[in-house]
Amino acid sequence: MNPNDVVITGIGLVSSLGEGADAHWQKLTAGRPEPVIDAERYRPYVIHPLPEIDWGLQIAKRGDQRQMETWQRLGTYTAGLALDDAGIKGDEALCATMDMVVAAGGGERDEAVDSGILAASESRSDRDVLLNEKLTTELRPTLFLAQLSNLLAGNISIVHKVTGSSRTFMGEEGAGVSAVETAAARIRSGQATHVLVGGAFQTEHPDMLLGYELGGYLHRGPWKPVWQRQGAEGGGVITGSGAAFLVLESREHAAARGRHVYAQLEAVVSGRSRRGNADLEQSVAGLLGKAAPVNGPLLAISGASGAHAATKAEKSALNQNPSIAIRSFGTLTGHMKEAQFPFAVALAALAVDRKAGYPPFDETSEKPFEEIPQSVLATAVGYHYFEGMALVAAD
Amino acid sequence: MARYADHLGRPVVAVTGIGVVTSLGVGKADNWAALTSGKSGIHPIVRFPVDHLNTRIAGTVDFLASSQKGASALTYELAETAAQEAVAEAGVDAEDFGGPLFLASPPMELDWSERFSLYNSGKEGSAADRLLTVARGLNSLDIFETSQFGSIADRLADRFGTRGLPITLSTACASGATAIQLGVEAIRRGECERALSIGADGSATAEALIRFSLLSALSTHNDIPEKASKPFSKDRDGFVLAEGSAALVLESLESAVARGAKVLGILRGCGEKADDFHRTRSKPDGSPAIAAVKAALDDAGLGVDGIAYVNAHGTSTPENDKMEHMSLSTVFGEHIRSIPVSSNKSMIGHTLSAAGAIEAAFSLMTMSESVVPPTINYDNPDPAIDLDVVPNSKRRAEVATVLSNSFGFGGQNTCLVMAREPV
Repeated sequence: MNPNDVVITGIGLVSSLGEGADAHWQKLTAGRPEPVIDAERYRPYVIHPLPEIDWGLQIAKRGDQRQMETWQRLGTYTAGLALDDAGIKGDEALCATMDMVVAAGGGERDEAVDSGILAASESRSDRDVLLNEKLTTELRPTLFLAQLSNLLAGNISIVHKVTGSSRTFMGEEGAGVSAVETAAARIRSGQATHVLVGGAFQTEHPDMLLGYELGGYLHRGPWKPVWQRQGAEGGGVITGSGAAFLVLESREHAAARGRHVYAQLEAVVSGRSRRGNADLEQSVAGLLGKAAPVNGPLLAISGASGAHAATKAEKSALNQNPSIAIRSFGTLTGHMKEAQFPFAVALAALAVDRKAGYPPFDETSEKPFEEIPQSVLATAVGYHYFEGMALVAAD
Repeated sequence: MARYADHLGRPVVAVTGIGVVTSLGVGKADNWAALTSGKSGIHPIVRFPVDHLNTRIAGTVDFLASSQKGASALTYELAETAAQEAVAEAGVDAEDFGGPLFLASPPMELDWSERFSLYNSGKEGSAADRLLTVARGLNSLDIFETSQFGSIADRLADRFGTRGLPITLSTACASGATAIQLGVEAIRRGECERALSIGADGSATAEALIRFSLLSALSTHNDIPEKASKPFSKDRDGFVLAEGSAALVLESLESAVARGAKVLGILRGCGEKADDFHRTRSKPDGSPAIAAVKAALDDAGLGVDGIAYVNAHGTSTPENDKMEHMSLSTVFGEHIRSIPVSSNKSMIGHTLSAAGAIEAAFSLMTMSESVVPPTINYDNPDPAIDLDVVPNSKRRAEVATVLSNSFGFGGQNTCLVMAREPV
């Protein structure tokens, strides 16, 4: 026990399954969890859509809501859930000294304006002039900020008054890994006492699908669990809208406020294996060795995307140890990119806190886990690059 | 031993390599010569047609191989070029850097040229369907990589052999300073002996220009481009969009001394504070910027009499310069009258994600060269801004310490304090 141990005192979650830590626990531990999917809107792609959200519950001013596209609104909302859960929301002094690291994408463009420009480009050879003509007259001036990467953090500052510091990391799943890793390192070294960390992904925009499909990464055709997409049409990734935010705190800071601790965040490790030629399976196994020396049954909350090569390598690496029971939540939520790792850490912390594992999300590939989990592993192996793991433990 | 630890017992962080590219040229030598002779890099835009645009000038970098190849390619080349210079100066292995990478770069978006080409390779369906259908038939990852937020850092990590998962970050116009701050913090935590911090921005596309234009952020003084950026002047009317990059090799002083590296300066303190007032405007009382400056001074262990020169954010927007003046005079009180405050942006424009890093590089050179670069175009002073802006021509001065400010949209405020010598 060290006063600068990192503990998790707040969790905010939103996915197609619902909102809040408790709702997710209920849904994921109900006998046979069912995914919420939409197979029509972006056919041939399946997505897991956002649930109905009453934005006003966390973003009181309609004016603020209007200044954000859905992705920023989703992140700001979910950050509010985490702050509420940690008993920090509305506490001016705590918010003013709270640090923040957000894993962000961005780029929710105006689909109608873009489509109009593309349609016009069929009959124009002066496309650069066409761009100027259309963009100067049709772009909403506020859209730039409403989709800009660092403005998710900016809106969290405005709406929730978190102003100790504000840093935005970019880079797909790796951004989520680095955000948690950096936040934890700052607390551990005494550079910070309490940090809001997380990310959001809103897949219901064609450009968000395009970001995967330019690399051929999306699964096509009927929905399948993460582990059963090898060999199916497409690249294996099914995406979902969702967000995860955590409140990380030093043990001393949390204890002084008398807050409930979900779990302690122990090792957070990250890597960048050279995917093309190196053995990803070995790299993942190496990370596992650093994050969690396995000596007994271990529950692993996997952020596997379904992307064929990465998912296969992760599975083989974890399966090297027969005492690991894997749960791929992406089967039920879809892949949430920057939010994937914080989401995995949150689910791991919940299992530790509730003293129970999750039932298999895919009975053909995931084995039962009946123990009371003392520590739980969280993983995110990027669909294209970057990977990370964390171990959370009972406090 | 004590000299290797700062006033809070943390490792002292030295700078052992600097690289820089701006519209003024490639490399420290060319940039410094131009900057100290008051030369402007702002020019009429030639990269894309300017029909229908209110602003037709910029500080684009037009002389690199990737200058016409889109934001992702140019940002990579800018970052690589600056990093190469910095790593060479530091004398570390250019292919096995041996420390982490922190990259400040603009958010990545698929270029319009690619969008047009994908769309017009398709045949039917909505625009979205056409793009997606063509995308899944591509047999190269080239376009994909331009759309991924982490791919520039991934390539740089390969190129320079940096360690671990590289961090790509954005704190808007403060990004470059944040990249340095992250490196300083990692060294102070003892995670590494050295770090490579880069700020690079090659995103001056037509759409970027239009977006800032729609926010009324840009100068429209098109007629004499080199006169458009005029920080602290009464008739300032916005910033000038620009490109560039800078890289710093940060290293614990102990490691630098042990391997006999030349110490170019000390990164003595970092401070930040977010603003919760508005997406583009600062809190009217300037309290977040004031708090960021104070936090940087505290972190550096310096009082208000400890700063010899301020490298201002000085964007040349009516709002920023007013707020920055208010913040500086609040923090420094009477002292501000004896502190020169100049803006590199008067010559290089606003290099956005790179600005904090470029201006840190110039701040370090200001100390090592004992020359303060001027604020050019200061012909019509704003009487409400009572600062010694080092008007129009450089000044010789011994400068032992510098405060460099970076403020950005989204309430981002980051300040760095640098020193010429270790304490």
